Amino acid sequence: MAKTFKIDGMDVSAADDQTILQVARERGIFIPTLCFLEGLSFVGACRLCIVEIEGNPTPVAACATYPQEGMEVYTNTERLQGYRRLILEMLFAEGNHVCAVCVVNGHCELQWLAEKLGMTYNTLDYLNRPKQVDASHYRFAVDHNRCVLCTRCVRVCDEIEGAHIWDVMGRGIDCKVITELNQPWGESVNCTSCGKCINVCPTGALFKKSKAVAEMEKDTHFLRYFSTIRAGGD
Amino acid sequence: MDMDELENIAAHEQAREAQYAHRVRVCVATGCLSVGAEAVQEALEHHATPKGKHHCLVMGVGCMGLCGNGPLVSVDPAGVMYEKVTPDDAPDIIDSLGAKPVARLQCDTNAPFFTRQVKIVNENSGIIDPEHIESYIAHGGYSALVKALTEMPPHDVITQVMDSGLRGRGGAGYPTGLKWSTVAKTPNTIKYVVCNGDEGDPGAFMDRNVMESDPHRVLEGMAIAAYAVGASYGYVYVRAEYPLAVARINKAIRQAEKMGLLGNNIFGTSFNFNVEVRLGAGAFVCGEETALMASIEGKRGTPRPRPPYPAESGLWGYPTLINNVETFANIPPIIRNGATWFASIGVGRSKGTKVFALSGKINNIGLIEVPMGISLRDIIYDIGGGIPDGRAFKAVQTGGPSGGCIPAEHLDVPVDYESLKALSSVMGSGGMIVMDDTSSMVDVARFFMEFCMSESCGKCIPCRVGTVQMYHLLSKFSNHQATQRDLDTLERLCDMVKYTSLCGLGQSAPNAVVSTLRFFREEYQERMIESEVAHG
Repeated sequence: MAKTFKIDGMDVSAADDQTILQVARERGIFIPTLCFLEGLSFVGACRLCIVEIEGNPTPVAACATYPQEGMEVYTNTERLQGYRRLILEMLFAEGNHVCAVCVVNGHCELQWLAEKLGMTYNTLDYLNRPKQVDASHYRFAVDHNRCVLCTRCVRVCDEIEGAHIWDVMGRGIDCKVITELNQPWGESVNCTSCGKCINVCPTGALFKKSKAVAEMEKDTHFLRYFSTIRAGGD
Repeated sequence: MDMDELENIAAHEQAREAQYAHRVRVCVATGCLSVGAEAVQEALEHHATPKGKHHCLVMGVGCMGLCGNGPLVSVDPAGVMYEKVTPDDAPDIIDSLGAKPVARLQCDTNAPFFTRQVKIVNENSGIIDPEHIESYIAHGGYSALVKALTEMPPHDVITQVMDSGLRGRGGAGYPTGLKWSTVAKTPNTIKYVVCNGDEGDPGAFMDRNVMESDPHRVLEGMAIAAYAVGASYGYVYVRAEYPLAVARINKAIRQAEKMGLLGNNIFGTSFNFNVEVRLGAGAFVCGEETALMASIEGKRGTPRPRPPYPAESGLWGYPTLINNVETFANIPPIIRNGATWFASIGVGRSKGTKVFALSGKINNIGLIEVPMGISLRDIIYDIGGGIPDGRAFKAVQTGGPSGGCIPAEHLDVPVDYESLKALSSVMGSGGMIVMDDTSSMVDVARFFMEFCMSESCGKCIPCRVGTVQMYHLLSKFSNHQATQRDLDTLERLCDMVKYTSLCGLGQSAPNAVVSTLRFFREEYQERMIESEVAHG
């Protein structure tokens, strides 16, 4: 049964299978996201889309939460703004993000979010962890310095392409995305070289080899066709 | 198998034990085994044999509680307990049977450590042989399951558990009956019951003890739960670091299956329940229920957002009941003795008993089971025997990495879920680490943060990066290099990680810092660079 609830004071309605984020987007209410991508399953990992619910002390991820009748949701309180900026600061401190020499400079979701959410400087110490680059694939490369571990590549490869060559290994701060069982990408026999992972990657972690600084633009339009096909199939 | 057969087995086992003039019990749980209990048991058996067939029975039993003074040996019917027994003491112990006890080894069983405990979960621990199902049956084992299956409809079982006031012993304290009722009311032909034995808190070994000392109790609790919620399949998820617990649970499952107490058509009813063990591979986060389920399914053990809760969508999407080892261990006595009996123990909204693992700077190191509502002071000074070497008590850490440090001024607080939460700590699974005045609270907070940092699964950003950032800041305090700005950042991170992390691990990771900042703030300030201005 459809439900009605409030987002930032605005009356909205949701179908059973709609999350708070989907309803907000439908009504043009901006909620920042990073790991979420329309057309892929949600994981609720980046926590940027957290929203406050009246009467609930802990914010919830809008991408992974279904609204309830009469719920009052707030998407942009001062508290949330602070949390979101700190999440971005954490990401910039964790990886080695140097926009000036990055292939996606100007087309990067992380860079865009930092500008949009007003993260103008970092209050945290940079971790400066040494990370690797794997350029063994003939067309693509992965630069772990720029990876935010959103797992979009893992999901698109598994759910859309059906190859599942990407996964995550390690834990905590040592997590990294891997191809096959941590083999060089170029040696993967299951990679179809479809390039979907490149296009869904929000940063310059996954890119085409032929691109120089600021030349790499991502295109996720293909996901819409899959969504349409799926909706028809159900 | 029916009630008569079960009673026959019990009578037979009781008669077998009664043939012997004396029963010598040796603790063969991990604590005592680590200090040579196996050799003690062999030596006792060796010296007992020449005394004649029915002179004395040497039994390997579960934990007797005073783990710090192991190996422990108890003698029945004399009611004597011996501590720090070596194989060389065996002849003296055997010779003393029926005569004067061996004074040099004797342990005072009239001490508060023994007299102030109330044992429900551990009622059989140290008494029965955990590797013999007959021994459990002789002490009333599986009679609760028969009672439930033959006399009570499933909803009556749930009502009993609800009325008992039992709450989850894994730490969060969710009402057990309510959880059962939710799973029971979720319509599905396939449901699962999972026992969470992935006890990973540093200094905690309550669940290990139940699985090692009385494994059938857990299986009986699970079977009753399965009957109540309508499940026919169960998993016991045990961490691989508990090899003895794994072996004993596996053995118990085989024994119960052989007797028809697990499997199909239990007690001739239409109820089926099959149990398997799944091993955890060394990840603390797999104690979180959604990560645990992912691990059982063979996936990477990472949590997922809730709702949907396991009760609605758990293992492979089916309704799943997940309870902690100690929670299941409370079920058979509740069904046997009734909800009113259980609810009469404890205080307020915290009923029954809680098992704690006392460790750190305390005289009596070991496992204790106390009624809810007892004060921390009674636990530490009375049961625990106070602080060694005449030092002063400084703080007690409850709840492991999710918990906090409680200072001396709050020692009179009753041990219940709500009171501990009000002190920025948690009941947790039952770890209790006592610290004296030589401990630095900053270092304690740093230790627990290091634990959370290395156990974070890395899925969500606040926990993955936040724990590392907080650990680095705490290291600055440890090295006397912190500034006011570091203190501010630390507090900001505590708040943010607590409220934005995906699962309980991240949400509770700052607790050790929050509680030490609240009660021992001066220790942080003492470790700051005196004037930040001077450094520009």
